[in-house]
Amino acid sequence: MKSLRHPWIDRLMATNAWVVYAFFYLPILVLVVFSFNASARVGIWGGVSPRWYGEVLGNAEVLDALKNSLIVSGISTIVSTIIGTAAALAIDRYRFRGRRGLDGMLYLPIIIPDVTMAVMMLLFFARVFDIVELVGPRWQLGVTTIVISHVAFNIAFVAVVVRARLGQIDKSLEEAARDLYAGAWQTFRRVTLPLIMPGVLGGALLALTLSLDDVVVTSFVAGPGSTTLPIYVFGLIRRGVSPQINAISSLMLIASIALVGLSLLLQRNPQDAILPDERLKET
Amino acid sequence: MTKAAVELSGVTKHFGEVVALKGIDLAIADGEFFSLLGPSGCGKTTTLRLIAGFEFPTSGSIQIHGKEMALEPPDARPINTVFQSYALFPHMNVERNVGFGLQMKKVNSNEIATRVGRALDMVQLSHRANAKPDQLSGGMQQRVALARALVNEPEVLLLDEPLGALDLKLRQQMQIELKELQERVGITFIYVTHDQEEALTMSDRIGVMDKGELLQVGTPKEIYESPTSRFVADFIGDISLLAVSVVSPTEVRLSGGGNVPADTSNAGDGSHWLALRPESLHLVSAAADVPDGMVRIPGKVRHRVYYGDSYFYDVETTAGSLDVRQENRPGLPTFDAGTELMVWWNPAAGSLVTA
Repeated sequence: MKSLRHPWIDRLMATNAWVVYAFFYLPILVLVVFSFNASARVGIWGGVSPRWYGEVLGNAEVLDALKNSLIVSGISTIVSTIIGTAAALAIDRYRFRGRRGLDGMLYLPIIIPDVTMAVMMLLFFARVFDIVELVGPRWQLGVTTIVISHVAFNIAFVAVVVRARLGQIDKSLEEAARDLYAGAWQTFRRVTLPLIMPGVLGGALLALTLSLDDVVVTSFVAGPGSTTLPIYVFGLIRRGVSPQINAISSLMLIASIALVGLSLLLQRNPQDAILPDERLKET
Repeated sequence: MTKAAVELSGVTKHFGEVVALKGIDLAIADGEFFSLLGPSGCGKTTTLRLIAGFEFPTSGSIQIHGKEMALEPPDARPINTVFQSYALFPHMNVERNVGFGLQMKKVNSNEIATRVGRALDMVQLSHRANAKPDQLSGGMQQRVALARALVNEPEVLLLDEPLGALDLKLRQQMQIELKELQERVGITFIYVTHDQEEALTMSDRIGVMDKGELLQVGTPKEIYESPTSRFVADFIGDISLLAVSVVSPTEVRLSGGGNVPADTSNAGDGSHWLALRPESLHLVSAAADVPDGMVRIPGKVRHRVYYGDSYFYDVETTAGSLDVRQENRPGLPTFDAGTELMVWWNPAAGSLVTA
């Protein structure tokens, strides 16, 4: 078909698309290519080698940081998924005082700047430590405070994703379950939960990704011995760029892409498009 | 009448400021096919949802086979529902959808398999037992929804506009299937619809609702031929309404003058109309004889529409305009627009309605 526009406009648009993609992906390409650079001098190409990946995997500090990252992201993901899903269900399904306000406030942690969130959490912990100390035990910044902070911002993301899914579900499905003698719990377990599961898993993977990648909030509430992988990388780069950073960053990049990809895949599940009008079409 | 399958007494329902039901009294007999008919927003679906237990009444009592159930949750009621959207569980196949109720009632798995098999046979879907709902056509989904409800052998089956989503031909076919099924299983059906034809053809009795009130309950024949209110007369079928005033127990005065016989014994307070169905009105030429005892009134044809099997006339009279349907039968005269003629009817065919 002949284009209605001038050919040069088409060409300009195409070029623009390429420029945008180059802008996004060239830095990534540079990072990945240089992570295989055999030379110890950053910026000087010394041939292809998996050397830095080997060094990273043999570096006890890296492995320690990785372990902290996995603990923090694992626990915060599980906790925030449970609380976030419960919050989404409560706001979507039940009428109670302050429901609308709560609905709006749910999105707040998503739009608050990371730095603000970090300062808030730090101030909060400072007060809590004072109170705890009155009772006796000494509590200080560390893995626990990181986990709590990550839970705090992840709940919002999980709740938003689960709510989107809940909104797609025909409410009469739950009524049908009740009508067919299922109690409230059986209805939740056999109908509601399976139907929102793609949203729950999608939200969990999003939370995992955000937690694994977080630098700002974590750096404020981390204590001795609780360095996570992104914090470690950030520290390394301040001491001068080591080629190991390229290898670690490449690995983190692949992990993040995999998690986000999986999360998106779970959230759009064409097989169960469950709005009623979808099903009313006669085939 | 034996003990009612479902009995509502003084049932009201408020949603905040909105009054959805203004006090419903209704007894539905065992084994009856009962339809709740009315325009959208009349309260028919709310009534159904109260019987199912998805909503609880603001006041009043709901008894099912003599047991008070107004505040029981849906899973405690011996009732199943066929939803307007069917509400089939999209993550379960047909077999598991149909078996869900029995599974929840903790029936043993052998019996579940037998009864689900029988239910699927009944709706002719045994060959699709493993299909997911979204792989089925609308008509098939509808039958799965029926099987899923009936397999539990409920005392009452509630149907919320179950045919609304189907195309006309399938709908007519399902109407016949539903009626046959109901006669075979002998379960009380309570059927909600806004389609008057559906209600007339399938029901043993119909309750017509408007604005949260039950206006009239009766057999399809009673509802169609002897409506008591202007709304019922107007809502069901085509009808002409002539404004009248009651002059005696057996006579009314037309607005254009002239008294005509009509039974006014049930006339309530308010404005009155004489309601006349198009098929109970007859047309003859102005000079022709009219049988004795019939009501006659002169008129003039405004429009004539050809329907193949009949002619439809819009006739202007001094009392108001009348819609008349005349069979297209050899020997019957037809009248062109503008013709002066005589309209006549049997006084028994007119109903006095109140608003």
